[in-house]
Amino acid sequence: MDSVVDARGLSCPQPVLMTMDEIKKVDKGEISILVDTDTSKENVSRAAESRGWVVKDVQPDGIGYRVTISKD
Amino acid sequence: MATLKNFFATRWGIISVGAFIGVLAALLQKLGNPGNMGICVACFERDIAGAVGLHRAGVVQYMRPEIIGFVLGSLIAAYIFREFRPRLGSAPIVRFILGAFAMIGALVFLGCPWRALLRLAGGDGNAILGLAGLIFGIWIGTLFLKKGYNLGRTEKTYTSAGWLLPLIMLGFLGLMLIFPQVKGEARNGVLFYSLKGPGSMHAPLIISLGVGLAIGFLAQRSRFCTMGAFRDLILFRQAHLFMGLLALVVFAFLTNLIVGQFHPGFAKQPVAHTMHIWNFGGMVLAGLAFALAGGCPGRQLFLAGEGDGDAAVFVLGMIVGAGFSHNFGLASSPKGVGPYGIAAVIIGLLACLFIGFTMRKK
Repeated sequence: MDSVVDARGLSCPQPVLMTMDEIKKVDKGEISILVDTDTSKENVSRAAESRGWVVKDVQPDGIGYRVTISKD
Repeated sequence: MATLKNFFATRWGIISVGAFIGVLAALLQKLGNPGNMGICVACFERDIAGAVGLHRAGVVQYMRPEIIGFVLGSLIAAYIFREFRPRLGSAPIVRFILGAFAMIGALVFLGCPWRALLRLAGGDGNAILGLAGLIFGIWIGTLFLKKGYNLGRTEKTYTSAGWLLPLIMLGFLGLMLIFPQVKGEARNGVLFYSLKGPGSMHAPLIISLGVGLAIGFLAQRSRFCTMGAFRDLILFRQAHLFMGLLALVVFAFLTNLIVGQFHPGFAKQPVAHTMHIWNFGGMVLAGLAFALAGGCPGRQLFLAGEGDGDAAVFVLGMIVGAGFSHNFGLASSPKGVGPYGIAAVIIGLLACLFIGFTMRKK
């Protein structure tokens, strides 16, 4: 079961903090992060990559994006 | 356009924006803005408060076109790149209070984070104390963030709601064109002007506005933020925004050297005082307030330009805070802190701690 982080409506640095918490919790696999601004999309992607995760997919979702990151 | 969009989010993107701001800020000073104040978001919003008479400190009254340009430049970028997202509802009253106290703290130091960097780049040693205070304040903010401090989610709102601060700025620009500065007059129509002091020193309107628009545009694209630079470094060990900040200092310093504006020392620096503890203390308050509000004063203007109504409330809080600062004698002057400045810093810190401790989601 993939984990989902809903960071919509939250401003910086909350989306990154939530993503980091989830990364610590699941350690590997796949995480989807819902964000509603381009800034959050970039910040979350950058933070995930800095922790050795790969940004697998970025899809428009509602008024924002669903960023999917993964690590084997 | 996609390449350009990606470029500004890259390391070289943020570095080039920081460098651009550093060079232009130093040149704005050369063209007439006050010493080591090519750009100062707090000082300029304070001058705007003076221009519309929210305070009557005669030496700091001018409708600064740079601030107007920051908001409108960001608005233009947000529309071109389809990032205009009208949103609001994340604890606006808290953001107003944080904005007011951020301004009060910044005016005890005599500058926002932008000006602290420019003061350093101009050789003003007192800026070191201010920057140390800023970093300390942001560090306290990161402790609250780690403990779950969170002002809650925004909601999507009407496009017109996102336009309110940009419209206010357009209105301010309109007032400036209808009631322009008249040589030797302290007032034209509804606007106040300074005959002496920092408020009387400014680059030509069209240049100030043009530079403001350009910086607003690029800062929206790159998410340039002087508070986030330190926060991300402390919180995530991430240097992305910090590289932009560093570029600003280096390029402002180089430009200052070239145009003869670098004067190292502590005493007799332009629009500065040497009370080290309160240079530090004022910026602890400002740094903490910016950290709790999620952005430096420049970033709040850029966010407001892309439709963030809560950032707009923070901006209005800062402008009102400037009114209190000068009406109550909280703001410093080159002679030192104002009569009630120290008390205001302490009250502001208590207010920020109250907000930080009580507004947690768990």
